[in-house]
Amino acid sequence: MLLSQLTASDLLKQLQEKKIKAAELVSDALHQVDQCDRSVGAFLRVNRDSALAQAEEIDRRRARGEKLGKLAGLPVAVKDNLCTRGQPTTCASRMLERFVPPYDATVIARLKAADAIILGKTNLDEFAMGGSTETSALGRTRNPWDLNRIPGGSSGGAAACVAARMVPLSVGTDTGGSIRQPAALCGVTGLKPTYGRVSRFGLVAFASSLDQIGPLAQTAEDCALLLEVLAGHDPKDATSIDRPVPAYSETIREPLKGLRIGWVREHLGEGVSPDVAAAIEEAIKVFESFGAEVHEVELPHARYAVATYYIIACSEASSNLARYDGVHYGYRTDEKTMLADLAEERRSLQQAGKTDALDDLDSALVRMYRKTRAEGFGAEVKRRIMLGTYALSAGYYDAYYLKALKVRRLIRQDYDEAFRNVHLIVGPVTPTPAFGIGEKINDPLAMYLFDLFTVGTNLAGLPAISVPCGFSRDGMPIGLHLQAPPLEEERLLRAAYMFQQATDWHQRRPPLLDRQMAAS
Amino acid sequence: MISLAEIEKVAILARLLLTPAEAQTMTAQLGKVLEYMSLLNEVNTEHVEPLAHAVELTNVFREDGVTPSLDREEALANAPHRDDECYLVPAVLGEV
Repeated sequence: MLLSQLTASDLLKQLQEKKIKAAELVSDALHQVDQCDRSVGAFLRVNRDSALAQAEEIDRRRARGEKLGKLAGLPVAVKDNLCTRGQPTTCASRMLERFVPPYDATVIARLKAADAIILGKTNLDEFAMGGSTETSALGRTRNPWDLNRIPGGSSGGAAACVAARMVPLSVGTDTGGSIRQPAALCGVTGLKPTYGRVSRFGLVAFASSLDQIGPLAQTAEDCALLLEVLAGHDPKDATSIDRPVPAYSETIREPLKGLRIGWVREHLGEGVSPDVAAAIEEAIKVFESFGAEVHEVELPHARYAVATYYIIACSEASSNLARYDGVHYGYRTDEKTMLADLAEERRSLQQAGKTDALDDLDSALVRMYRKTRAEGFGAEVKRRIMLGTYALSAGYYDAYYLKALKVRRLIRQDYDEAFRNVHLIVGPVTPTPAFGIGEKINDPLAMYLFDLFTVGTNLAGLPAISVPCGFSRDGMPIGLHLQAPPLEEERLLRAAYMFQQATDWHQRRPPLLDRQMAAS
Repeated sequence: MISLAEIEKVAILARLLLTPAEAQTMTAQLGKVLEYMSLLNEVNTEHVEPLAHAVELTNVFREDGVTPSLDREEALANAPHRDDECYLVPAVLGEV
């Protein structure tokens, strides 16, 4: 059996007991990348030599009896919107294709301090804007369960590399579902922590009041292990929460007693595929078998979550992405061509005697910004910048942005009210399993509506987890969504652990791997 | 819902440059999205305070001390156009 088929927790134990070496584990992971990443396309870059060298160093330190970090020797994949010092961080955009950060994100520094081995950087929707990884300007990622379907997004590479057993642990980011949705569609476990639980320093900002970094892995237990390393207060992120980090990986085995779970009628109704609804109903029965009480709860403003989310997220994005102007770093348009075109425009306006248009003509600097951004950003990023700029512009601010912030409070209040009666809210992560590549790419609204069940969590700043809970009739994974009150990651992980002790959905592997095993 | 002229105005504010075809597509796509967003009009938000952040924070202070920061070479290393000590940009004043 390939080592990379094992969970991080099992591998860590074997490493600690010196049954396996980190170098073997990394070679094995690299072998698996060679075997299947040509078809899956999860990675934008693999740190082949440095990962092996690092693994050998950890083996030497272990042999000398040195004290090692919590994740010593485990290969970890990192989404390519997290800054890695001296290594490209592209956000899957032409804009940052050659950007090499001069510092590490706090989560990267924490991974390194824990002696984890960063195996490579994974693909994403451009600037994490999308739900299918199709907006990546730098590569196509496919769902390991069916290569003709999307892996979800925006952390599509992060989920696909765990599903295809290339790495045991993966770090993603979630602004509106970008960890949980690809985890659900690829049949892995993914957790979005409470807003502020993990430092965002060094995460390339998309929507600062919503972005959060979190773990993806085969099991809840492995997510606990990784979250323990990622979480914690950071003076470099003023929004990070200054509260101790619980020992998630130790408390996870304690069963929850007297659990009350809530479900929402609309989450199992119209628009939800029958396979998904059936899998969620079965999952609720599993919780009942533990003695959990099941209550119906209401989230009356949940139907406004998508509209609210896209107004707020795009507004924040339009502001955050203003920094990409071709001056300090990133792509810049070819200056000679730009200046020649501008001179030509000026001449033709002069000849035509269009003095008004001449007055409005861009200065060279403004034209440099505009052409740089026109060439550096892809269609979806441009759409969101436009939408956000519009929502924030004079005359529309109150109607869109301010209105959305008010509805955001109502959405948060709905959750506060629901959590008075239940410990967790359960439901589907997505209305259907993974859709086909190309199916929704030209219909932005359809793509946005796919986020219906996940965006509310981000608006309210809550923690939530996606856990494999079944398959559709055509063999695609389905994810169970568990949402909890702020800072109740422990509760989520313990509930997910109980579920995974009673089910084996998380142990199923894509047929791709069996074909590969048979061939070797 | 949104006109082509508005799209062109927003493109200037957003420092984007759209081709005529892009502007057409954008007008249709954003029109559809904005129409969907008008769903929010049915929510009564009278007397509701806006919520800008899920974790409502007060000011976070730190000591105003001197700490090491990026050195100039590191800060300039990713610049698309630079000299030894500055970022270079096209002329800001005057005609090209």
